[in-house]
Amino acid sequence: MEHYNMSLHLKVWRQNNSRDKGHFENYKVDGISSEMSFLEMFDVLNERLITEGKEPIAFDHDCREGICGMCSMYINGKPHGPWKSNTVCQLHMRAYKDGDTIVVEPWRANAFPVIKDLMVDRSAFDRIVQAGGYISVNTGNAVDGNSLPIEKDKADASFAAAMCIGCGACVAACKNSSAMLFLSAKVAHLALLPQGEPERKKRVVSMVAQMDKEGFGACTNTGACEATCPKDISLSNIARLNQEYLIASLTADK
Amino acid sequence: MLDAKIPAGPLDDKWTDYKGHCKLVNPANKRKLEIIIVGTGLAGASAAASLGELGYKVKAFCFQDSPRRAHSIAAQGGINAAKNYQNDGDSVFRLFYDTIKGGDYRARESNVHRLAEVSANIIDQCVAQGVPFAREYGGMLSNRSFGGTQVQRTFYAAGQTGQQLLIGAYQALERQVALGNVKMYTRHEMLEVVMIDGKARGIIARNLVNGELEKHFGHAVLLCTGGYGNVFYLSTNAMGSNVTAAWKAHKQGAAFANPCFTQIHPTCIPVSGDHQSKLTLMSESLRNDGRIWVPKKQGDNRKATDIPEEERDYYLERRYPAFGNLVPRDVASRAAKERCDAGYGVGTSKQAVYLDFAAAIERYGKTEVGKLGKDNVSQEEVIELGKEVVKEKYGNLFDMYEKITGENPYEVAMRIYPAVHYTMGGLWVDYELQTTVPGLYCLGEANFSDHGANRLGASALMQGLADGYFVIPYTIGNYLADEIYSKAISTDHPGFAQAEKEVRDRINKLMSIKGKQTVESFHKRLGKIMWDKCGMARNEEGLTQAIAEIQALKKEFWSDVKIPGSINEMNPELDKAGRVADFIELGELMCKDALDRNESCGGHFREESQTPEGEAMRDDANYMYVSAWEFKGESDWELHKEPLLYDVVKPSQRNYK
Ligand SMILES: Cc1cc2nc3c(=O)[nH]c(=O)nc-3n(C[C@H](O)[C@H](O)[C@H](O)COP(=O)(O)OP(=O)(O)OC[C@H]3O[C@@H](n4cnc5c(N)ncnc54)[C@H](O)[C@@H]3O)c2cc1C
Ligand code: SF4
Ligand code: FES
Repeated sequence: MEHYNMSLHLKVWRQNNSRDKGHFENYKVDGISSEMSFLEMFDVLNERLITEGKEPIAFDHDCREGICGMCSMYINGKPHGPWKSNTVCQLHMRAYKDGDTIVVEPWRANAFPVIKDLMVDRSAFDRIVQAGGYISVNTGNAVDGNSLPIEKDKADASFAAAMCIGCGACVAACKNSSAMLFLSAKVAHLALLPQGEPERKKRVVSMVAQMDKEGFGACTNTGACEATCPKDISLSNIARLNQEYLIASLTADK
Repeated sequence: MLDAKIPAGPLDDKWTDYKGHCKLVNPANKRKLEIIIVGTGLAGASAAASLGELGYKVKAFCFQDSPRRAHSIAAQGGINAAKNYQNDGDSVFRLFYDTIKGGDYRARESNVHRLAEVSANIIDQCVAQGVPFAREYGGMLSNRSFGGTQVQRTFYAAGQTGQQLLIGAYQALERQVALGNVKMYTRHEMLEVVMIDGKARGIIARNLVNGELEKHFGHAVLLCTGGYGNVFYLSTNAMGSNVTAAWKAHKQGAAFANPCFTQIHPTCIPVSGDHQSKLTLMSESLRNDGRIWVPKKQGDNRKATDIPEEERDYYLERRYPAFGNLVPRDVASRAAKERCDAGYGVGTSKQAVYLDFAAAIERYGKTEVGKLGKDNVSQEEVIELGKEVVKEKYGNLFDMYEKITGENPYEVAMRIYPAVHYTMGGLWVDYELQTTVPGLYCLGEANFSDHGANRLGASALMQGLADGYFVIPYTIGNYLADEIYSKAISTDHPGFAQAEKEVRDRINKLMSIKGKQTVESFHKRLGKIMWDKCGMARNEEGLTQAIAEIQALKKEFWSDVKIPGSINEMNPELDKAGRVADFIELGELMCKDALDRNESCGGHFREESQTPEGEAMRDDANYMYVSAWEFKGESDWELHKEPLLYDVVKPSQRNYK
């Protein structure tokens, strides 16, 4: 792979705290190598800002491997930037060329208030899980792992849903700020397994109720979530969720 | 000072006997006992969930915005358990034996045996929670093999095993949050252990969103805060992984054990330039199918595909025919360094070796052809079929490699190089996972307990979950049973005020320096000293220099660091400054420990102690002990030695040839 250096114009959202109104600020960055990751480009800019006596830009990140779900930047109108099936920490600068302008904003959704600059509060997701995104089994209660065979296809489908990293890009991409893709991934992960069966109905009803309470919008089947999801969580999970919800609401024993 | 409290009796019976005789706390009293858990990775989340289920009042803390994001999430390859589902001769004893041997006879037999005993329960527990492990067509759990063993005992969920296990533990934890048994504090960083009358009684934590300091009481405190590989700046650890919690405990009296035992993982994506902020692991499972090689000619600049078979040196297969590409990590890493130092490295930096899947793709392709019962298949078709199989097994790892390097590993051999990955050292703990401070426990990667001088692949996840699900629920009861008469201490107690003042003073001091150099630049410099002089190979001269350099760096840091922003607000640079300050002190202790241990064992390679063929040479006569360092004052430590007694395993020189 050939590498090259570039200069870029950045327009970055700055906001002191959740009460502050916030604004865009412009930065020019030079000497960015195509081998850098997008966040490393931000590291370079932040080092410069600190040296100049200015406040660095706050952003969430941790693993930088596309798995913790912490990073969250809305880049030129796309959560996680231009690459498909990708998180922003795995986006590399070879996606850009010299002279490009890049606009970077936080996730925008009522249920995700901005904490500072590009950092938002996604604790609503934890509360949705608290509402039932688990199997109620205490430590020590388990039977042998092979006592209940699970069809490979089902196990694989459950795994595909469980790959969700809880990043919230689906919400950021949705014009209604709906959390349906996230929620459906959790519901599908557990509903596809025999272990998840006993709490299946109760789980879906109470998780949906919590989602509504958190102020996420309704799903209008636009599919922007699936297109932006770094882990390729499929829209079919939403269909499954709707089905699960319908069955649960129709049968009395919630 | 060191009483490991290893139960008497035969190795096989110790844990059962312990469980049968340890003190219990009745349910009504559990509700009155408060436990603080710092860290909610695999170790902390599993502990918080299990202790919450038992009825204790738990407060749990993490610095990320959700417990689901702890560094455990990044573990790729798998988790070991002595299930013997493959009928290939595995047993509790073999897992125990492999772990002791893999750790180069520097771990405690009793702890490792317990780990092997509970390993099977972990898999059962995780399956019950809904962890979607890989399965065979018959619906049974699938296994793969990992370095340093000859059986298939590794359970996995594609290349996302850590993620799936952590989500399982996170869900169990959130369930306890919903039930009101656990209170979760995210975006909080613990900055001090509160000591009252010689016992750990709480913590001071900083709310990272608004900068406020908070005081929290607990009858006991558990540190589950992960490893300290980031002392090297570049490592496979998450950016936030740090030693601060363990270091504060150390300064309050908890001995730090084997700090120099670091694992350098052989298969990581090489450094691409100065901007590099972290390194990415390519799971060890790749060594099941990938073959590692360098050109036979020094400084060969041809492309990998242009180098014919007979001009390639498959140096692991050559040096270690019995284990080949599956030798333990420390052996594989040193062998790569040896080739690169000798001028056989590849890529622009020449600090890389090839990990090649061409042979595996062809082999799998042929098997597929056989399955399909076709003949007359073109070589291209074979390769295509083989690629499909490789994709099914390692697809996500290959994608990750391509995203980072821009190269397609299905077509060209991957370039890899060793990188800092795991720290076997950590807070010293006894059989009950209690540190040398009463009431202060340490679980998971943050303790030193089970991996000796080298950790085998897929055993950190096992240890974290063993500690949290199956060990601490018993051992903490043995301590808390004597605490049922201790009322909760008000956080107005002078012990809390004192601890809070110390934290405040330190933050003020950091902010008042107003120097010229960034925190990051200090961290990078520390990392370079550590990597060059306390990395894959160490010697007396280098270590002595490193200690002097680190002491100088510390002075410079405390007089010239530049931290923007202010105290009473979110300030990630301030958080980082505190962590780097602790890393600097830890770095010095690591070098001191490496200097003391003039033998080569596991990941610790002292150039003075090697065989004529360059293999590591252990010195059991002089170093068969755990080094437990007691903090005495600035740059001053006292070494305590816990002798290692092998009742069951006979230590021998490891031989993977
Ligand atoms: C890339 C990679 C791949 C790996 N793959 C494998 C594998 O396949 N198999 C295997 O067995 N092992 C693997 N490991 C090792 C394994 O993942 C770790 O050793 C293990 O997950 C550590 O778990 P833990 O619970 O001890 O700590 P962590 O998961 O690191 O959790 C630490 C917790 O402590 C919190 N914390 C830390 N300091 C503070 C503080 N001061 N205040 C408040 N909270 C704090 C953090 O927020 C976090 O919640 C891998 C490691 C890496 C880096
Ligand atoms: S569904 Fe996809 S986009 Fe939404 S939180 Fe999960 S991983 Fe992120
Ligand atoms: S930083 Fe972890 S997913 Fe991006």
